Amino acid sequence: MSDAMAADRPVLEAEHVTRVFDVSRPMLARLMAGEKKRMLRAVDDASFAIRRGTTLSLVGESGCGKSTVARMAVGLYAPSAGAMRFEGCELSAARRDAALRRRMNMIFQDPYASLNPRWRVRDIVAEPIRAFRLARGAAVSERVAELLVQVGLSAADGQKYPHEFSGGQRQRVSIARALASEPEFLVCDEPTSALDVSVQAQILNLMKGLQERLGLTYLFISHNLAVVRHMSERLGVMYLGRIVEMGKAEAIFSKPQHPYTRLLLEAIPDLEMVGRARTPVGGEVPSPIAPPPGCAFHPRCPLAREKCRSVRPETARAGEVEVACHAVAEGWG
Amino acid sequence: MSGATASPGRLARAWDSDIAWSFRHSPVALVSGFAVLVCFVGAFGCGFLAPHDPFNLASLSLSNSFLPPVPLKGSSWSFVFGTDDQGRDVLSAIMYGTRISLIVGFAAIAMALSLGIALGLLAGYFGGVTDAVLMRAADVQLSFPSLLIALLVDGIVRALLPRGAQNALELYVLIFAIGIARWPQFARTVRGSTLVERGREYVMAARVIGIGPVRIMASHILPNVLGPVLVLATINLGLAILDEATLSFLGLGLPPTQPSLGTLISNGNNFLYSGDWWITVFPGIVLAGMVLAINLLGDWLRDALNPRLR
Repeated sequence: MSDAMAADRPVLEAEHVTRVFDVSRPMLARLMAGEKKRMLRAVDDASFAIRRGTTLSLVGESGCGKSTVARMAVGLYAPSAGAMRFEGCELSAARRDAALRRRMNMIFQDPYASLNPRWRVRDIVAEPIRAFRLARGAAVSERVAELLVQVGLSAADGQKYPHEFSGGQRQRVSIARALASEPEFLVCDEPTSALDVSVQAQILNLMKGLQERLGLTYLFISHNLAVVRHMSERLGVMYLGRIVEMGKAEAIFSKPQHPYTRLLLEAIPDLEMVGRARTPVGGEVPSPIAPPPGCAFHPRCPLAREKCRSVRPETARAGEVEVACHAVAEGWG
Repeated sequence: MSGATASPGRLARAWDSDIAWSFRHSPVALVSGFAVLVCFVGAFGCGFLAPHDPFNLASLSLSNSFLPPVPLKGSSWSFVFGTDDQGRDVLSAIMYGTRISLIVGFAAIAMALSLGIALGLLAGYFGGVTDAVLMRAADVQLSFPSLLIALLVDGIVRALLPRGAQNALELYVLIFAIGIARWPQFARTVRGSTLVERGREYVMAARVIGIGPVRIMASHILPNVLGPVLVLATINLGLAILDEATLSFLGLGLPPTQPSLGTLISNGNNFLYSGDWWITVFPGIVLAGMVLAINLLGDWLRDALNPRLR
């Protein structure tokens, strides 16, 4: 392996990662009713890699396992099968090493739940600094002030409590806290979905600016395709715990291949489509406790054939992207 | 003027807070707050305020025994609430007794509170087997009246102590027994709130940067679960004082050399049928009034802190 390849090594790599949750009833109740254990496959055999300084976005409907991927990426959940690697080091081992753990952090979805209501903002932002001993004494408050200014707040805001801020300002505090540990890799779990549209743009531009200035690597989770297009180099589309299409964001937006991706993109409102009939995405997302056999998307897929109902499609290269779909692989789509 | 409005002092801010406003505008809170204050001042200032020292045997005179309270025939202004069989001033005995009752009550609640908070946080944060074991233990204990538990613990601890040490340690045994009897309620309340807080994103944010479970419980979760527990503690303070009085009344509490309100009521009970009612009725009124005031204060606090009732 050459040096150039080591520098090119992905920051985060997921190899056939699966996460199963036990959602069965308590043991006694289950035994009395004679039920089996109920397992929810939140993420099923997902693989991806994120290159340094880039953004990988994962999109999908609610319940498709995006947030579970996000939490696995920072080690809040351990994968049930498969492996996560951070900087080439197995994730749980990397988490035990404070120097490596410092280099990853997370921005959360709900700006109202992600800040401790009993803590002043200056203590919230200072927590990672103190935890990793990045500064001490007066240097801590200097660094906090610097971070608050960096995210567009003022240094005096450190005195306040979270409830004194608006949603967008709270998300800025969240970002300041995430940056406090001087990370290189940030997992952003729907950081703008709880905000007003006008504020969303501000936060996204802030995040993009920070990425350029600090060379950050993002794993960006969202259900909003417009947001994703603005943010990402690479894009993964998730459906029911599986990544059905993955590749360069522009390639997917310009020429979507998987029927699910096509349906999603068609659903984006745009001015050229005004008044024209749309193909609605029919049906509901099936329960991940009992996913359909074969391709998970077949009950809603306009192209589904017999094979889709029995054989699970493998991920295969199709043009510039990777797609898991029989129709694309065999060319009937 | 601008200086005063720009940065009001701590006192001014406390005066302006929602809680203080609600206190000032609730007649129940004002009256019960005043009653509790009188009890506290009388109890903890008994060394200066009490007209007599009921423990100074030299000052007692049997010729003063069974004096009735003031407006009655044969009473003396020196003994406003009358005297008991030893010639002790009932008012002074009540003041000293209230002090002991309050000390036992506060110490027992402090113990139940720390035990309940610690176990509740553990059960709620770790879940699984820890939660199951701790909460089943709490359930078992809650299925008995707390007084029975206190009796049981009191009996076991007494049996374990050497004979000579029993009287000296009785105060601590009582505190321990009542404290043990009252922890499950606190643990359950704390556990419930902890379960909610544990899943919040601010806890995850702390976990991502590797903050340990003990730090998370103490500095992140505890401040957020403390509100309802403090209300519960206020109401339980009254009940703990009653527990102590009941145990003392039954003769299992404090010895007559260290009379609490319960001991006084129990002593006076012996003379009730000979017509010397004041020896037992006055301590009884003080006990009932104090517990009622503390409970009303707890009720007010619960409502004042409940955002849905604002």
